[in-house]
Amino acid sequence: MKLTMASSPHNHSQKSLSKMMLSVIAACIPGFIAQVIFFGTGVIIQLVLALICVSVFEAIIMVLRKRSIFAALSDGSAWLTGVLLALSIPPLAPWWVIVIGSFFAIVMVKQLYGGLGFNLFNPAMAAYVLLLVSFPVQMTAWMPVTELLSQPTTLAQQLSIIFHNFTSTGFSLEQMRTTVDGMTMATPLDTIKTDIAHGLTVTESMQKPIFGEWAGLGWVWVNLGFLLGGVYLLKSKIINWHIPISMLVSLALCSAIGYVANPGTEPGIIFHLFSGATMLGAFFIATDPVSASTTNKGRLIYGAIIGLLIYLIRTFGGYPDALAFSVLLLNMAVPLIDYYTQPRTYGHGEVK
Amino acid sequence: MEKLLEQIKHGTVWPFPGGVHPPQQKSQSNSEKITRLPLPDKLVVPLKQHIGAHGKLIVDKGDYVQKGQALTSPTANWSVPVHAPTSGTILEIAPSPSAHPSALPELSVIIKPDGKDTWCQRQQVSNIKTIDHDELINIIHQAGISGMGGAGFPTYVKANTDKKIDFFIVNAVECEPYITADDVLMREHAVEVVQGIEIMQQLLQPTLCIVGIEDNKPQAISAMQKAAEHNEHIIIQSVPTVYPSGGEKQLIKLLTNQEVPSGGIPADIGVLVHNTGTLFAIQQAVYEGKPLIERVVTVTGNTIHKPGNVWALLGTEIKHLLDCQGFSPVPQQRVVMGGPMMGFTLPTVRIGVVKTTNCILAPDHNELAEPGDEKACIRCSACADACPVSLLPQQMQWFAKSKEYEKLQEHNLFDCIECGACSYVCPSEIPLVQYYRVAKVEIKEQQADKIKADRAKERFDARKERLEREQAERQNRHKRKPTTKSADEKQKVADALARVKPKSDKDGEKSAVAAAIARAKAKKQQGEQLEPDNSDVAKERAIRKQQARQYKEEKESQGSSESTDDKKSAVAAAIARAKAKKAAQQNSAESQDENTDSAPVDDKKAAVAAAIARAKAKKAAQQNSTESQDENTDSSPADDKKAAVAAAIARAKEKKRQKEGNNPS
Repeated sequence: MKLTMASSPHNHSQKSLSKMMLSVIAACIPGFIAQVIFFGTGVIIQLVLALICVSVFEAIIMVLRKRSIFAALSDGSAWLTGVLLALSIPPLAPWWVIVIGSFFAIVMVKQLYGGLGFNLFNPAMAAYVLLLVSFPVQMTAWMPVTELLSQPTTLAQQLSIIFHNFTSTGFSLEQMRTTVDGMTMATPLDTIKTDIAHGLTVTESMQKPIFGEWAGLGWVWVNLGFLLGGVYLLKSKIINWHIPISMLVSLALCSAIGYVANPGTEPGIIFHLFSGATMLGAFFIATDPVSASTTNKGRLIYGAIIGLLIYLIRTFGGYPDALAFSVLLLNMAVPLIDYYTQPRTYGHGEVK
Repeated sequence: MEKLLEQIKHGTVWPFPGGVHPPQQKSQSNSEKITRLPLPDKLVVPLKQHIGAHGKLIVDKGDYVQKGQALTSPTANWSVPVHAPTSGTILEIAPSPSAHPSALPELSVIIKPDGKDTWCQRQQVSNIKTIDHDELINIIHQAGISGMGGAGFPTYVKANTDKKIDFFIVNAVECEPYITADDVLMREHAVEVVQGIEIMQQLLQPTLCIVGIEDNKPQAISAMQKAAEHNEHIIIQSVPTVYPSGGEKQLIKLLTNQEVPSGGIPADIGVLVHNTGTLFAIQQAVYEGKPLIERVVTVTGNTIHKPGNVWALLGTEIKHLLDCQGFSPVPQQRVVMGGPMMGFTLPTVRIGVVKTTNCILAPDHNELAEPGDEKACIRCSACADACPVSLLPQQMQWFAKSKEYEKLQEHNLFDCIECGACSYVCPSEIPLVQYYRVAKVEIKEQQADKIKADRAKERFDARKERLEREQAERQNRHKRKPTTKSADEKQKVADALARVKPKSDKDGEKSAVAAAIARAKAKKQQGEQLEPDNSDVAKERAIRKQQARQYKEEKESQGSSESTDDKKSAVAAAIARAKAKKAAQQNSAESQDENTDSAPVDDKKAAVAAAIARAKAKKAAQQNSTESQDENTDSSPADDKKAAVAAAIARAKEKKRQKEGNNPS
């Protein structure tokens, strides 16, 4: 009888890359739904565009590298990058924004570094930063929540805006973004920043219609959606608690200190935690295993510094939000962090 | 220590980091009692079934052996004997595939049972208090007991430690899925196991004995608690079910909150761990006088009709176990010796059960899926979370792939216990443990090579130094001697030189070199083949003959100073030459017909003659070179020469006599 030889262990947990990636994509659904509800169906269009683009670019690179297209696409990592990128850019950004972003994320940041597992930087965030720096107008053109819009938008109109810059009735994106009271609105984070620079207090600024009781209208729900998804990821042990918790705690701590020191010009803990990309970043971006720290101690440091940087850049920097920059900066620091945070191996060092 | 004891007695366990929870799969095999297999047709008993050297074989092919009779006797340290598992005849003693991942052949005694199962004489002890420490150790040693949990460390060595043991730990955890051998053994033989523990208590005098059992074996726990009721120094501790809590180091951490220092052994921190099966074997050896000849083996897996535990005689082929329990193989069948996490696949089922065989697992592809393709590592560190020794498997994997062995060692590669938890959880199905195994072997090989290279360098340096020293000494001699020479001597040297000069000494040199080469060749050939090629020897002799002739010519050239002594030596040389010639002839004759009756005698004669000739040739060559190189040669070497030749002859004769004396035929 011919017996098959194999190396131990002969059992496997049946965890797989694709299952992991698909779970993370699935965990994005609550936040995604919230975005669709508050910012319109443009998000869906961007998502479809992103998925097509990342698949095409990944496939082209696989052909060039003479590797299996199916194997590369089926691990789901490219799709996850596409999803995260689509969730990060303004829903009505022109079509070429997401194409350029996908190209940069997949081809430059991921594949040119050697493909999955070898990229130093988070592909979605590197692409986001490239887009933000290159096309600041398009990348900051977030719509106010739909209820504040002067023109109700249909899916057809949004498609037209994304692909032709104008709706069929001839409105531009700028006109679309105008609210009922005839004002063009920036994002809550941007508004607060500008207002404080203009000498308003936080309370005064928060009187504006784009704000709800705690933070920007809609943004609170989007953040809650991602928090929900994040809790699912923690529960199913797809991500470890270290990075998101330390990042959120650090951000909360910094904003608390800021609030105590400067209550007039500091929006406080809740505002920071539920504005912008905080929750998306904490559970979906900073936890990207490839580019994050790999030791538990290191993850705590990594998350904490990201939280600190987000607070610093939001409060003192030139950009309204800071997740992408903070994550990329810490990506660079990962080898150093990992080197100095190796766990104590059994039987080494002082034993209790 | 007091506080620690208190905590242990209170039932505290100290979890180790990491660990995984693979499906238990134990219920298939632990519901029935242990069955006894029918005697197999043959038993293959490898001489080495443990860590250490195997004993000296004390039986022969064709011998009749009784059940329990020793087949080997321990010789070196760490060697334990093996015994005949049943009575029968030794069919053969030959290498056969071993119970090792490589299945490299191991010398084995193959026994054909006679079916009578007749025991040999047994020594039973009724009260262990009556026998002393050394005798007890000897009983354990002679019973051939080595660790039955996995590593197979000789038990007598462990039991005979000179270190103070605080905690004697019984490893009854059995954390590998599927395996239930220790579980059922404790259910059925808890009393014997406890008696085994008490023997160890007498030997080691530990402060406390802790029996660690995973909490998925409630029946074993209660059986052991009942059996150990009377002994307050034995604590039965249930530990959480997590793989690999049965790892020695992990169990020590779990039960005592202590860690074995890296590279050390448990005895270093006053702990000793024994497996349940081993303790049962100790009890059997002491109270029943039964050496280790059988053990409980779990035979399980979806392809087995009747999964369960069996008493298998050591040496029973795996095929017999599978056949007896009913086996319907699937395509690409794997048969694993040990559990699914650390066991190894067997290349053939014609391998005998050994002392460490606790499980035979024959799974189908549904219960244990075949490994998938290795995918990219995404550094998710699930491996690090699972690692029970807090390594960074993911980073080590990169180093192993790029052969950065120094970094691997910095990351404590050698603390890896190869439990397989990292590979088990890896979503990319990277065979991490395999990478570490390969890296470990390569590092060990590199270290061995380095030691070898260092030694070679040392030797080379020593030789270089010696040569330099010798050269320096020679030069010093050259410098010193002329000052001590008298004018008369100088004149003599000049004369001698003048005499020699006309003769071309180049030829002499050449022949000396040729002779040296020929000698080297002959030597090499002798090393390569035990029967030297005679043609080469003849050639060598011819060269020597030529040398001898030349020597004679030289002598004649020095004829003016020839004395009667010289003549004598010339005669001796001639005799030697003649003898050498004769020897060479005989030799060539022999090369044609090696079976000549007189060959040994002729050989000896030839050897003697050759020795003489060699001595002379040497002398000649020496003289030749001294004369040409060293101007300080004494101008009247004739007497010396004569004496030397005579001595050589005498030596040769003496040698011959000795040889004849040694060889009465």
